[in-house]
Amino acid sequence: MHKQRKNNLQGYLFISPWLICFLIFTLYPVCMSFYYSLTDFDILSAPNFVGLENYRYLLFKDRKFWGSVKVTFLYACVSIPLRLVFAFFVANLLSKPHRGQGIYRTLFYLPSIVGESVAIAIVWRTIFGKNGAVDSLLASLGIVTKYSMLGNPDTAIWTLILMSVWQFGSPMLIFLAGLKDIPETYYEAASIDGANSFQKFWKITMPLITPIFLFNLVMQTITGFMVFTQGYIITSGGPLNSTLFYVIYLYQTTFEHFEAGRGSAMAWLLLAFVGILTAILFSTSKYWVFDENGKE
Amino acid sequence: MKKQKKIRAVIYHVFCSALAFIMIWPVLWLCFSAFKGKEDIFQNAGSLLPKEWIFENFVNGWKGFGGVGFGTFFRNSFIVTVGATALSTFFSALVAYGFARIPFKGRGFFFACMMMTLMLPTQVLMVPQYMLFSKLGWINTYLPLIVPYFGGYAFFIFLCVQFIKGIPIELDESACIDGCGRLGTFFQIILPLSKSALVTSAIFSFYWRWSDFIGPMLYLKKPKLYTVSVALKLFADPNSVTDWGAMFAMSFLSLLPVILIFLLLQKYIVEGISTTGLKG
Repeated sequence: MHKQRKNNLQGYLFISPWLICFLIFTLYPVCMSFYYSLTDFDILSAPNFVGLENYRYLLFKDRKFWGSVKVTFLYACVSIPLRLVFAFFVANLLSKPHRGQGIYRTLFYLPSIVGESVAIAIVWRTIFGKNGAVDSLLASLGIVTKYSMLGNPDTAIWTLILMSVWQFGSPMLIFLAGLKDIPETYYEAASIDGANSFQKFWKITMPLITPIFLFNLVMQTITGFMVFTQGYIITSGGPLNSTLFYVIYLYQTTFEHFEAGRGSAMAWLLLAFVGILTAILFSTSKYWVFDENGKE
Repeated sequence: MKKQKKIRAVIYHVFCSALAFIMIWPVLWLCFSAFKGKEDIFQNAGSLLPKEWIFENFVNGWKGFGGVGFGTFFRNSFIVTVGATALSTFFSALVAYGFARIPFKGRGFFFACMMMTLMLPTQVLMVPQYMLFSKLGWINTYLPLIVPYFGGYAFFIFLCVQFIKGIPIELDESACIDGCGRLGTFFQIILPLSKSALVTSAIFSFYWRWSDFIGPMLYLKKPKLYTVSVALKLFADPNSVTDWGAMFAMSFLSLLPVILIFLLLQKYIVEGISTTGLKG
């Protein structure tokens, strides 16, 4: 009894820095954010309670809101699978011992290290913008376009998707670690049974890597819906709102149009969505993620 | 058979080097553009090497804008990054020790709370935190960007918990017999043994805080307080930028600390990502 009390005291003392910051900088703001989402609030004057009006407006009246939802879905549904497939493909290339693979790994990962920075966003804007490198490349191939990739509402989002796929480094490293964890003996046993490398890949590698796929999918989905810096700097939502990501619209609503109540409602809709999506991914996982302990 | 193997190796290397070149092309483009003149950047957009190496870009860029030079912006970024990194690294380890080693009541619940904060969109916190910090009078100070890290950072706490669980508990017990308290055990046994987890946390914290854009943009409104990312964003405003070479020179400098740390310490980065799935 005495020991348990001592443990309780010590435990809470050790986690107290986190606990205090959690209460002040996370829990209290989360509660306040929910309250703000029920108010008409311009940040400067006191919030005014309006019930579910913000949610009603967003869901039923705001076409720009639904536009941003559509753009974000297009972005996430294309870039996340592409990124994962590419990461998995490259991880497979790097998993077999070859000379120089350390250098390749470094170079493939480098974009993920610098990709979130303002500097690279500016580079992207210049390369794909008017008179940029891509324009001149297309011109040298004889393709003359009226607008640059970024100036054209049909292509602008694809430059951002390309940028996202370009940063496949983190899932690649996670896949690589997973591939190295598969015991070599499995493959040897399969070889003795006469399996070819295609069969080994489908029957051994794929099932054993599915837990890592799930993990990567959840992590990438959570972050994929929250992209901000790159879109904000490269296109700020334009041209014609064709790259107006959800969080960019949220930011504009809150800090540029001073509709903080509506912005908070958007944040809560995002939170609810990400929560539901994660729950769905985990609950369907038992159908497609292989459990090594043999429990189906 | 041997010949076939050789052909395969050649194909492998050709493919990988081609991919590697495409991957780093934008980064190289930035490096070389830092030495180009304005005409060179646009009329010669497709080629990497500058026609003429212009080193004055760095001198001109360093002067900054609005009477504030990039020296100040870099200093500001270092203050914020080093402050937040030191705090979040140390306190993450401390908190992780509590979660990993002390069986207190409510441990599971609070650990779950902590893991849930990882999923929380930062946008949910943006407005209330802004209100909180402005009530405290912290707008136009570095406090909103540093003080919250007294609580560590959920990713790093998780990383350290995983790491500490791998340290044999017998070491704690023998320290206990030798008369070390919890704090003594933490400082003398756990902290030195967790070096690689600490380094990994510190590197990632450095990256994220260095390239953080939205935080400094919200809380710092005076040019002399700007961090490098905010300064670059304004410096590169497409409507006003005139000296493109200087702008790219400063962009290049802003990536230099990040790239150097990556090349020197990548062992820890690979380790950190492989064990916890930190995003890069």
